[in-house]
Amino acid sequence: MTLQKPTLLQIRNLFASVQNRTILQGLNLEVPTGEVHAIMGPNGSGKSTLSHVLAGRPGYDIQGEVLMDGQDLLALEPEERAWLGVFLAFQYPVEIPGVSNTNFMRSAVNKVRSERGLAPLEAGDFLKHLREKAALVQLDPSYLSRPVNLGFSGGEKKRNEIFQLAMLEPRLAILDETDSGLDIDALRIVAEGVNSLRNNQNSFLVITHYQRLLDYIRPDVVHVLMDGRIVRSGDYTLALELESKGYDWLRDEVKSNA
Amino acid sequence: MANENLNDDALLTRWAEDDYAFGFVSNIEQDIDPKGLNSDVVRLISARKGEPDWLLEWRLKAFEHWQKMPVPEWAHLEIPPLDFQDISYYAAPKAAKKLESLDELDPEIKATYDKLGIPLEEQLILAGVAVDAVLDSVSVATTYKARLAEQGIVFCSFSEAVHEHPELVRRSLGKVVPYTDNFYAALNSAVFSDGSFVYIPKGVRCPMELSTYFRINAAGTGQFERTLIVAEEGAYVSYLEGCTAPKRDENQLHAAVVELVAMDDAEIRYATVQNWYPGDAQGVGGIYNFVTKRGLCRGRRSKISWTQVETGSAITWKYPSVVLQGDDSTGEFYSVALAARAQQADTGTKMIHIGRNTTSRIVSKGISAGRGQNAYRGLVKVRESAVNARNYSQCDSLLMGDRCGAHTYPYFEINCPDAQVEHEATTSKIEEDLLYYCQQRGLPTEEAIALIVNGYAKEVLDKLPMEFAVEARKLLAISLEGSVG
Repeated sequence: MTLQKPTLLQIRNLFASVQNRTILQGLNLEVPTGEVHAIMGPNGSGKSTLSHVLAGRPGYDIQGEVLMDGQDLLALEPEERAWLGVFLAFQYPVEIPGVSNTNFMRSAVNKVRSERGLAPLEAGDFLKHLREKAALVQLDPSYLSRPVNLGFSGGEKKRNEIFQLAMLEPRLAILDETDSGLDIDALRIVAEGVNSLRNNQNSFLVITHYQRLLDYIRPDVVHVLMDGRIVRSGDYTLALELESKGYDWLRDEVKSNA
Repeated sequence: MANENLNDDALLTRWAEDDYAFGFVSNIEQDIDPKGLNSDVVRLISARKGEPDWLLEWRLKAFEHWQKMPVPEWAHLEIPPLDFQDISYYAAPKAAKKLESLDELDPEIKATYDKLGIPLEEQLILAGVAVDAVLDSVSVATTYKARLAEQGIVFCSFSEAVHEHPELVRRSLGKVVPYTDNFYAALNSAVFSDGSFVYIPKGVRCPMELSTYFRINAAGTGQFERTLIVAEEGAYVSYLEGCTAPKRDENQLHAAVVELVAMDDAEIRYATVQNWYPGDAQGVGGIYNFVTKRGLCRGRRSKISWTQVETGSAITWKYPSVVLQGDDSTGEFYSVALAARAQQADTGTKMIHIGRNTTSRIVSKGISAGRGQNAYRGLVKVRESAVNARNYSQCDSLLMGDRCGAHTYPYFEINCPDAQVEHEATTSKIEEDLLYYCQQRGLPTEEAIALIVNGYAKEVLDKLPMEFAVEARKLLAISLEGSVG
């Protein structure tokens, strides 16, 4: 007999629109603690919108309910969500001139720690943590003293996102098309990093176009997002099916069922 | 939803009432002269200090000249008409007779400096910073004097220097900034009360940072200090100044003059962290900071470097400049100027190339927030004689919110055909995406802004000595609290 895993993230009937265009149209999703869920879907289906609505980006009109550990996520500022343990690996990470990766992470880690009632890390402990996590994603140590993402290649930026993920030890990590722009070696490194961070206390929402990433990060559940709704959920074989057949057959099926 | 306050106008205009931590008034018994200015007041100031005749004559000539000068109006500043008869030109703590040691200092004065985080006890001073503290019109304490004297270094109040090293003062006073230079320099020359004097003899590297802490305490007064630094051949000195003032509804005038002279192979680094009371969000109160600072690279291969972090004052009018007279000399200007609330700043530099192979570098970082107006004004002048002159200027402006302004006025007068002059300017805003990214990592908006602004100003902040850099970073963060845009 298996124990029921507690739900970490619960999304009910979520609508999100931007400039009068409705993107999420009644989305339902449940992610138990300790699981990796993949969200796949064609361009424009609302994958990135979902990740930003969860992280709290301003500018959306939102209806519906998003609970994390039973808490109303939508009522919180982005930083408050981060304190609860929400992390978004951005598809397009921004650059912060003059602020080193180390400095940025020290500010963020200690802020999050203090909000979680933990003492700030001593300088020595912080550096140790920093080096360990950089090694995890094979981020060259020289990148730690460089300004955040400034002059990084696309692949380096993505790797830096996973490095930050590792530093902040979130409970819900959302990867927004982390695989785009990565060559196969970088993809493997990033995926191995993510896999080593998986445990029974955290959950991952892996958003991707392609099944390729899921060869490395094996999801517990695959969801298909289409026209702002989850239209099908299944195990890993669903990703393989989508890879070989594309999305159109599913679209047709959904239409004929409607 | 949760994040609409990112654009919330209320947040833009909110200024915590108590965000100026230095706004207290100290209860020190003071002699304050009656308000008003005429030649008798000038005589009185000079007599009180027992000055030699040559200095009184100089003051009177300056006063005479000042009376004929119009108030300058060319800056991008809105300055309410100033009534120069409604200011007291001299205020001093009552016990301001010469002190034999710091133990004799009025405990209330000491408490004032402790509150400011400037411990005057020599044993408490970190990292070997020698401090001269100027309260209103007079210098109240100079630390580490004896140790410096062993190397022939003079670091004392200006008044003391006039008595003990009159020949050194007379040789350089007014030689870099003559009293005819401008309206406020003329006024300062007539009524200056005190300030700091530094002399580094030939071949001596000053072993510690020298620092002056300026504090305005008395109401209804102006502060007119004068600083003179002379570095002889091969000498080196790094000098810092910090400034604060009580929070008052009236505007107070601060019109200082700083003169630097660097001989052959000498180097002077001069850093300022200016945090005079900036007034409130409506523009009530605050210091008018009208200052003339100029360095003369007189010797060959001499170098003068200005670094300033200007976060305070209601109005700042200030152009620390370098006259590059010696061949192969170098002038630098690194500036962060912040105009938030209803502050106005018109600041920049002048680099005057006269000698051959002279080099100048200008890095200016303006930050405008609230209803602040920030202007960079800089002149690069290359005279015919300045063969092979080089200048690089970079002027960046950062805007926060839509009610502030940034203005750039670069002037170039190039009279030597082989001069190489480069100018770059950028204007940027803190993009919402950048704030969101920082917030997603757990940093609330205000902490994110502090981080971003400190990153923006890093190139300049890195030029400050360590202790001052830390203070400057905090000041930038505090000064921007509530200015989300």
